[in-house]
Amino acid sequence: MGETITKNGQEFEVVWKKPNLQPKDMHYCPGCAHGTLEKLIQEVIDEKGIQDQIIGVAPVGCAVFAYDYINCDMQEAAHGRACALATGISRVLPNHAVFTIQGDGDLASIGLAETLHACNRGENIVIFFYNNAIYGMTGGQMAPTTLPGQVTSSSPDGRNCKLSGMPLKVADIVKEFDGTCYVTRQAANNAVNVRKLKKAVEKAIDNSLNKRGTSFVELVGNCPSGWKLTPVDSYKWWEENMMKFYPLGDIKTEGGIK
Amino acid sequence: MAEKYLMKGNEALAEAAIRAGIDGYFGYPITPQSEVLEYFSKWLPRKGIAYVQAESEVSAINMVYGAGGCGKRIMTTTSSPGFSLMQEGVSYIACAQIPCVLVNVQRGGPGLGTIQPSQGDYFQAVKGGGHGDYRLIVLTPNSVQEQADMVYKAFDLSEKYLNPVLILSDGALGQMMEAVEFKEDYVKPAFDPTAWATVGGVAKRGKPVQLTSLFIEPERMEAKNFELQAKYKKIEENEVDYELYHMDDAELGFIAYGLSSRIAKKAVDLAREKGLKVGLIRPKTVWPFPTKIIKEYSKKVKAYLSIEMSVGQMIEDVKLAVECKIPVEHYGKTGGIVLSTDEIIAKAKKMLGK
Ligand SMILES: Cc1ncc(C[n+]2csc(CCOP(=O)(O)OP(=O)(O)O)c2C)c(N)n1
Ligand code: SF4
Ligand SMILES: [Mg+2]
Repeated sequence: MGETITKNGQEFEVVWKKPNLQPKDMHYCPGCAHGTLEKLIQEVIDEKGIQDQIIGVAPVGCAVFAYDYINCDMQEAAHGRACALATGISRVLPNHAVFTIQGDGDLASIGLAETLHACNRGENIVIFFYNNAIYGMTGGQMAPTTLPGQVTSSSPDGRNCKLSGMPLKVADIVKEFDGTCYVTRQAANNAVNVRKLKKAVEKAIDNSLNKRGTSFVELVGNCPSGWKLTPVDSYKWWEENMMKFYPLGDIKTEGGIK
Repeated sequence: MAEKYLMKGNEALAEAAIRAGIDGYFGYPITPQSEVLEYFSKWLPRKGIAYVQAESEVSAINMVYGAGGCGKRIMTTTSSPGFSLMQEGVSYIACAQIPCVLVNVQRGGPGLGTIQPSQGDYFQAVKGGGHGDYRLIVLTPNSVQEQADMVYKAFDLSEKYLNPVLILSDGALGQMMEAVEFKEDYVKPAFDPTAWATVGGVAKRGKPVQLTSLFIEPERMEAKNFELQAKYKKIEENEVDYELYHMDDAELGFIAYGLSSRIAKKAVDLAREKGLKVGLIRPKTVWPFPTKIIKEYSKKVKAYLSIEMSVGQMIEDVKLAVECKIPVEHYGKTGGIVLSTDEIIAKAKKMLGK
């Protein structure tokens, strides 16, 4: 038996503890998976007891207020620049784990150069990539990751790949770099997948603490508001379209520049 | 006595930063600044100090944000087009109040321009450059010796005020070689960043640090602006720095900073040989600008001549200082063409009616 607590004279085994997030209400829309990722990061920080050995970087995008939730020192980056901040932090605090949380607009569009170069240098950081195939925060415009034919507020007739190119599969690009030690694609649509995602979060943070190189954890996510779907319908669309185009699973589990 | 070295201005700057206790450098090659990056690329890795040749100036300034946000002594250097690219980051750094030292070894513009020296980035340095109501402390060396001395000062000021400090240099100062001595008695002022820096201090502090420039609620954004303005006012009161040369009996005042001030000084000597009573006010900080002293001397001199390697940018601040009480004229060259003492003296003669 692990940790126990006593209540009304009775002893109970602790099977789950509320993560030690900051006491703020999350601002995410109903049904959105952004909050799940932040809770999992917090759970891992709590379980490893590394609140003061980890520094986070928030993006510009819906995760911008991650620093209001996750209970560790954090910096807020300009749009797309999170990996450059994380590089700066990791280089002067080499014994700390460092992570970014970034949306697909932030990471795959305006911040692609920063992202690829951080991966290529093998910075000892974790990049949490929330890919919902849309610009959630600005009201649902097309992203580099928007699926072929997907209707958004700036692709009203569906993404035309002849005009906009094919959706960018960033995980498949960064897996090619020697600098990345772990590249994985996960989801958070059901309990099984949430548990798998947590394992990925754990492994990635462990990599950063142990200076093994860059970990790239893509969370194939949803955006009920941007997709203009109810939370329930968004889950259907998520499973039927997103996970088909962005198949889940580990893409690379070893690497790093020796 | 300290040992003397013969060095390029760019090298002196880098060496001074190492002696001032730099903890990290992030930069990108661009002429006429590249020797700074090259100097650091040799020495910082050997000393175990953080060094990254970034993928762009955009990245470099954001690495400065990240590392400076950990309370370390961080620097980047660039030249004009690169400094333009950094402006987004500079604005974020100013708002998040992250101490760091930036260097612009100016070259001629606009556009890709020329690699020759220039002072065409004055507006960008002192009037903003990036978005929003912020200020940089701007130091203006005029010799290789000052390229070194002002680095220590820049780090100290940036930590004193939690504000980015810009050393506004130019291609000539960066490239020329002069004798330089490094301070032997420099002591880093006490500096404890744990209250605001992301160093992993939640347990000690009792709360996490949020290094941000985002204040969605209008009242909080305004409060942040008031906080910044109060700091800028303090800097204006305490940190103005300038040099006076033959101003006591001057009838005409030259105003020049950086490389231009070297030429202006020579012009003062030559003019005085010809019996012209001219003097020089040299701003060593262009923000905060030496407004007060320029205003004071405007009661004694007949006119000011603002001398710059631009079509006339600093002259606007000189005019603001004299409040239209006396004439203010401009003399300048662009494109890296050297200022001429003959032309300055001819202009001085005309302005004095001689
Ligand atoms: C330089 C700059 N350009 C544009 C914006 C506007 N903007 C804010 S968030 C965002 C896109 C967010 O999309 P994504 O990164 O996918 O995050 P999500 O909200 O979907 O999680 C944009 C374009 C900005 N803040 N800064
Ligand atoms: S806009 Fe989309 S990504 Fe943003 S919180 Fe709402 S559902 Fe989530
Ligand atoms: Mg998105």
